[in-house]
Amino acid sequence: MATAPTDLPTSAEVPRDAAVLARLYRTMQLIRQFEERVRELRQSGALQGSIHLYVGEEAVATGVCARLNPDDWVASTHRGHGHCIAKGVDVARMMAELYGRVTGTNKGKGGSMHIADTSVGMLGASGVVGSGGPLALGAALAAKQRGTKQVAVNFFGDGAMGQGVVYECLNMAAIWKLPQIFVCENNRYAESTPVEYSISSPELTDRVKGFGVPTLSVDGQDVFAVYAAAGEAVERARRGEGPTFLECKTYRYYGHFFGDDPLRYRTADEEAYYRGRDCIMRFEQAVADVGVLQAGDLERIAGEVGDQIEAAVRFAESSPLPDLRELETDVYTPARQGV
Amino acid sequence: MARPLAFGRAENEALRQEMERDERVFVMGEDVAGGAGRAAQGIIDAWGDPTGATKGLIVQFGEKRVIDTPICEMSFIGAAVGAAIAGQRPVATLIVANFMSVALDSLMNQAGYLRYMLGGQVSIPLVVRMSIGATAMAPANGGGSAAQHSGSMYSMLAHVPGLKCVVPSDAYTAKGLIIAAIRDDDPVMYFSHRRLLGASCDVPEEPYVIPIGQARTLRAGKDVTLVGIGRMTGICLEAADALAREGCEAEVIDLLSVAPWDQERVLDSVRRTKHLVIVDEDTPRCSVASDIAAVVAEQAIDYLDGPVKAVTGPHAPVPYSGPLEAAFVPTPERVVAAVRAARDGAA
Repeated sequence: MATAPTDLPTSAEVPRDAAVLARLYRTMQLIRQFEERVRELRQSGALQGSIHLYVGEEAVATGVCARLNPDDWVASTHRGHGHCIAKGVDVARMMAELYGRVTGTNKGKGGSMHIADTSVGMLGASGVVGSGGPLALGAALAAKQRGTKQVAVNFFGDGAMGQGVVYECLNMAAIWKLPQIFVCENNRYAESTPVEYSISSPELTDRVKGFGVPTLSVDGQDVFAVYAAAGEAVERARRGEGPTFLECKTYRYYGHFFGDDPLRYRTADEEAYYRGRDCIMRFEQAVADVGVLQAGDLERIAGEVGDQIEAAVRFAESSPLPDLRELETDVYTPARQGV
Repeated sequence: MARPLAFGRAENEALRQEMERDERVFVMGEDVAGGAGRAAQGIIDAWGDPTGATKGLIVQFGEKRVIDTPICEMSFIGAAVGAAIAGQRPVATLIVANFMSVALDSLMNQAGYLRYMLGGQVSIPLVVRMSIGATAMAPANGGGSAAQHSGSMYSMLAHVPGLKCVVPSDAYTAKGLIIAAIRDDDPVMYFSHRRLLGASCDVPEEPYVIPIGQARTLRAGKDVTLVGIGRMTGICLEAADALAREGCEAEVIDLLSVAPWDQERVLDSVRRTKHLVIVDEDTPRCSVASDIAAVVAEQAIDYLDGPVKAVTGPHAPVPYSGPLEAAFVPTPERVVAAVRAARDGAA
């Protein structure tokens, strides 16, 4: 088993800014409660469809996206709910998408694996491992061509480190000095296959160094460590100094997909170890230590998030299903006049 | 004003005019400039694409808009999709269409499907240019470029919802289709036949658009409809000349777009001529040619006075050796024989 980077609540400095802390906490709670609610709905049979839960990894999406502006781009993975929430996609419309309703982010045509909202820079989750890399690369290229200060982040897992496309993108981002941040969520498993089996180098960052791309590796269950590292990477990108590879060592508490029993390929001891390093629990400890937010503040936020999730479920359940005419719309763009 | 211009030069002119017109348009791919990064040694435009289609563009528009990529088709086509979503209008190049195999995720799952998957949130104004076709020069010694560099391939992508596919037949249609593709808000796959690159015809100097999805009728006739795709349109015209000497008046339709293809024009012609021969260099199974035959069978079978015939390559990869490669490609003689079979009702 990998050794934990630290046993402290955080290895990084805790921001003394109540607004930043509240935002980080709210986002982690929103992801956690959204995912746990989706799991309940799925278990009860109220909801069907492919789902990959992000529970356990909340600190990664939260810490990275807290450094981004609404017009920065994010390309996500099949396990994308957390990235969407952290980037600001409305949870009610996300829930409606899972319900296959026309009020969903994608009008019910994408579902869990394709939730997107380009109005907040969310390019979309993706069902093909590694495929977010080229999309983010292109968005970063466009930002550079247009001279904006936008950055593009692609999240991917340790499983994507088996895909050549990730390395192709690292190379192009490096030679063109693009404002791209490669965030590898190393949750130790590619589906059921453990990282120590599937990846030849002991550290993921070793193989990235050959591209001349700076690397950072942090405890991905420590939101302050992620937030600090992401800040460094985003600043480098905005200064025009090119890409950064950020490895976040994390863990998913549930199976690869809803219905997968992870105890078929990992131990209960290992699960208990990582649950003992839970990002929300450690946040609460660290914040108690610095005293900027009080326990009551955190309870209030968690309660507000709970209300928001219930409202999202009500919105989804009361929304209409798509009209069957939608089956063949949105394949092509309606023709413009005067071209 | 129109003047004679070679196919490859017409493509170059179209790209240049669109890059002048719209600063969001840029080209990327392997060797689109050539010799990238050697400006200090006086090298800035070594190739301009293996076909010369992008020659001179880097001199005029600079390296921000003419981007040599490493050899990584999946990633740079995927990046072109990302740039298109982010507001640019990329023209990416796959040197030969066979290389789509490496880029298929980006072409299909991303470029083709994203708009639909996202519920219409995005448009992807992307053009992918690629070369197709057997050289079929039938040398006595040696051959052509063989299986992995000579495929026609468009049937593969015509199958993908969300993509449009165009196949010009001459310099005039090359220019008009590239411009239409660049101005289109959806991903357009542009296939140019390498044997047409040097062929000239009259091409207007000013920019113009050939609407995607519209075929053109190059020769009117009442006895049989010949539908040609790309270079095969020229083969149809040669066959029509030969048929005319036998007293058979063939109507020749230049399909130009294979996705979507101009069903109205083809059906209208077949209802008048009662006979259809489709001429396509691509392989025959699950192809554009078989799709045309299927749609005609569904919608106009009562008008047909004989079997629909397709003159295509065989169900085989393109071979290397000169005589084998020449035998792969449809010829006017095979088209004439197919017309006779269609009109005789024989197999």
